[in-house]
Amino acid sequence: MGTITLKQVTKRFDEVEVIQPIDLTVEDGEFVVFVGPSGCGKSTLLRLIAGLEDVSSGQILIDGRDATDIPPARRGLAMVFQSYALYPHMSVHKNIGFPLKMAKMPSAEANAKIEAAAHILNLTDYLKRRPGQLSGGQRQRVAIGRAIVREPEAFLFDEPLSNLDAALRVNMRLEISELHQKLKTTMVYVTHDQVEAMTMADKIVVLSAGNIEQVGSPLDLYRRPRNLFVAGFIGSPKMNFMSGRHAERYNAHTIGIRPETFRVTTDQGADRTSWKGTVGVTEHLGSDTFLRVDVDDETLTARVSGELSVHHGDTVYLSVNDEHVYRFDEQGLALP
Amino acid sequence: MMSPAVLLLLGWMLIPLGMTLYFSLLRYNLLSPGEESFTGLQNYKWFLTDPSFMESIYNTLFLVGGVLIITVIGGTLLALLLDQPIFGQGIVRVLVIAPFFVMPTVSALIWKNMFMNPVSGLFAQLFNFLGLQPFDFFGQAPLASIMAIVSWQWLPFATLILLTSLQSLDGEQQEAAEMDGAGALRRFFYLTAPHLARAVTVVILIQTIFLLSIFAEIQVTTNGGPGIASTNLTYLVYVQSLLQYDVGGGSAGGVIAIILANIVAIFLMWMIGKNLDA
Amino acid sequence: MARAISPRRKVLLSALAWTIGFLIFFPILWTFLTSFKTEEEAITSPPSFLFFDWTMSAYEAVQRRSDYFKHFMNSVVISFGSTLLGLAIAIPAAWAMAFVPGKQTKNILMWMLSTKMLPPVGVLIPIYLLFRDTGLLDTRTGLVIVLTLINLPIIVWMLYTYFREIPGEILEASRMDGASLMNEVVYVLTPMALPGIASTMLLNVILAWNEAFWTLNLTAAKAAPLTQFIASFSSPEGLFYAKLSAASTMAIAPIIILGWFSQKQLVRGMTFGAVK
Repeated sequence: MGTITLKQVTKRFDEVEVIQPIDLTVEDGEFVVFVGPSGCGKSTLLRLIAGLEDVSSGQILIDGRDATDIPPARRGLAMVFQSYALYPHMSVHKNIGFPLKMAKMPSAEANAKIEAAAHILNLTDYLKRRPGQLSGGQRQRVAIGRAIVREPEAFLFDEPLSNLDAALRVNMRLEISELHQKLKTTMVYVTHDQVEAMTMADKIVVLSAGNIEQVGSPLDLYRRPRNLFVAGFIGSPKMNFMSGRHAERYNAHTIGIRPETFRVTTDQGADRTSWKGTVGVTEHLGSDTFLRVDVDDETLTARVSGELSVHHGDTVYLSVNDEHVYRFDEQGLALP
Repeated sequence: MMSPAVLLLLGWMLIPLGMTLYFSLLRYNLLSPGEESFTGLQNYKWFLTDPSFMESIYNTLFLVGGVLIITVIGGTLLALLLDQPIFGQGIVRVLVIAPFFVMPTVSALIWKNMFMNPVSGLFAQLFNFLGLQPFDFFGQAPLASIMAIVSWQWLPFATLILLTSLQSLDGEQQEAAEMDGAGALRRFFYLTAPHLARAVTVVILIQTIFLLSIFAEIQVTTNGGPGIASTNLTYLVYVQSLLQYDVGGGSAGGVIAIILANIVAIFLMWMIGKNLDA
Repeated sequence: MARAISPRRKVLLSALAWTIGFLIFFPILWTFLTSFKTEEEAITSPPSFLFFDWTMSAYEAVQRRSDYFKHFMNSVVISFGSTLLGLAIAIPAAWAMAFVPGKQTKNILMWMLSTKMLPPVGVLIPIYLLFRDTGLLDTRTGLVIVLTLINLPIIVWMLYTYFREIPGEILEASRMDGASLMNEVVYVLTPMALPGIASTMLLNVILAWNEAFWTLNLTAAKAAPLTQFIASFSSPEGLFYAKLSAASTMAIAPIIILGWFSQKQLVRGMTFGAVK
């Protein structure tokens, strides 16, 4: 059904290779997220799958069929753009119905599908309005509705939540996940926000500079990052990295410790191996507190319960269990 | 898809232009057709050394320069005024813009007859009322009179362009400057004026292109006279070509006019080019 | 600025602005008023402003004298004709340049603009002779051709800037939705480009209507548009102010009205985008 396979796909703009040879498989019904910093090539990769850009070399297979040279209209995919890309001169009804009109579907059938999609997305009251009269979230949903009616092999989302405010973003995240549960169609989703990636994905593809750094489930990437990049990208706040003599203690070039795995105490206690430091900036979120602790030549971030009373200038001791220490070699690869 | 437009313009450029160049090298008069002969650069020499040529150049410069000064200074002041909070700004704008949309022959004749006529024009009546002698505008200062009329026509254009530019001034930048302690006059010199300078340059360049070719206003008021007192280069070439039927000489004049216009055009293209990249 | 402006200042500035505006507009107003006077009334001293016997006699005289209507139709045909022809040629060109730009696109655009800067007097003779020999002198067709060519750069330019403002993503979305190139143009591009095309049309009709170099030199009696018709008042007989005013009012009224709506287009079209 909706499987997508990339074989040795590359993309060059003039002389620059923005996508290194990539092999990737998206299984039918999976929710796959492409995530990475700006410029890593995730949107480009999505557009290659959509057919809006041509590959420089390699193959794209959709459902086993070679789709590399097939134009976007005929790949059986639907895309939701970052700016929604709604037709401003058409009503919501006509926007959603446009792909059906292009497929020359008879209007009775088309209307049924449009109304069904509008129902799922709570747009029934807005069918006669134009995009200019809708809020950001509503426009979002119209864009999704336009994609749904096509009943595609797979949905492609290009950073769809970036233009929404924070509260709306959380809501839409849930709605899209629920949509996936309901429709069970393959979804390929691009974002730079690792929180979206972690909460929505079945499988995450971490990209950096046109390369795949790691592919895996969210927990996989969290617990077993393959390299420094993935370890530092996944998880918020960012993992603490230390090199030099701190790392030597653990027989590695660099070590990484997640803020949430530190034990923070105000006295040294029995543990001789803990780090002693001074509290700098504290960020109180209510449920948690994040401390920036100056230890020797490093500054570490630690997460503590919101109940703990710690202030700027206090002395604290940080300790961690061995199994929570990630070890990396000179190339940044994880050591077992 | 581009080709029809490109080919047509290419043809429009090359064919007539080529013909003008060709004719300029001939001794060719429409009154004696069939007697054309090649005379090389004679026409140019003759044209350039004719006293009417220099006179027409002075007149052209006077016309263009005068209109530019009036419209740019007047336009700037008007734009600054219209940018202020005033009642009924929209209507005032419309009043000020209107002259630009009046066709040149109408504005020239209205001004010449109903305002500047030394007997029955409104100015004459005003002068009489004030106890002064009416001034014979077109009799005593034909070129200046034409310049005044053309200024009236183009003032709206300058005002509109400069007002548009003023209204695109970054309000936040002004506020930041105010926070930094800059008073109104200093804000004008350091922020407003440089921003306006660009628009002023565009106005000057574009108006110059059009003002070099002032024609209709001259034809319906003075026919270039008395003598050649109000003849600009364009009118001189016209007289040469279509009234004296001297195709050869007229063509040479035409080529010279083209060269002069090109010099201005180069500057304008440079400015526009900078903008296309922006 | 949301700060309080002293009301006194606002009133003073408004008074100044209104006075200047009125002075600038006055010749047009005066023409309009004079068109309703008798010839004798038109030259009375002191001049009468609003309180006189309004009459249509001047309008009737103008119509009787030289078939104003014919000249009006000539203006209409020439301005709309050259505009429509110009659009037909320019739309594909601007489309190509806006959506499929090549390395030379910018240069071609600049070159097109440069053709507008050619002083018409430089090609007066060849065009005149060509038209004479091909029977195009004093024809509406001939004028349509010339005006199309001289305004083509502006039309292409304006359309190009409007087309570029259409977000590319919307066109991509239509491609994803299964639209062929034809469908894309008909259902998405054209409706979105229509306002821009209308604006361009508006400006061009105005420019063509007022064009006074070629219309004066290439027409005589048959194809003479209003510019030429008014010019015939330059050597008048007898009292003629009222008639001149009537003819002028009829000639300029449509364009002034159109002009009021086209200020933004004027800035865009006439400065070639160099001023925003």
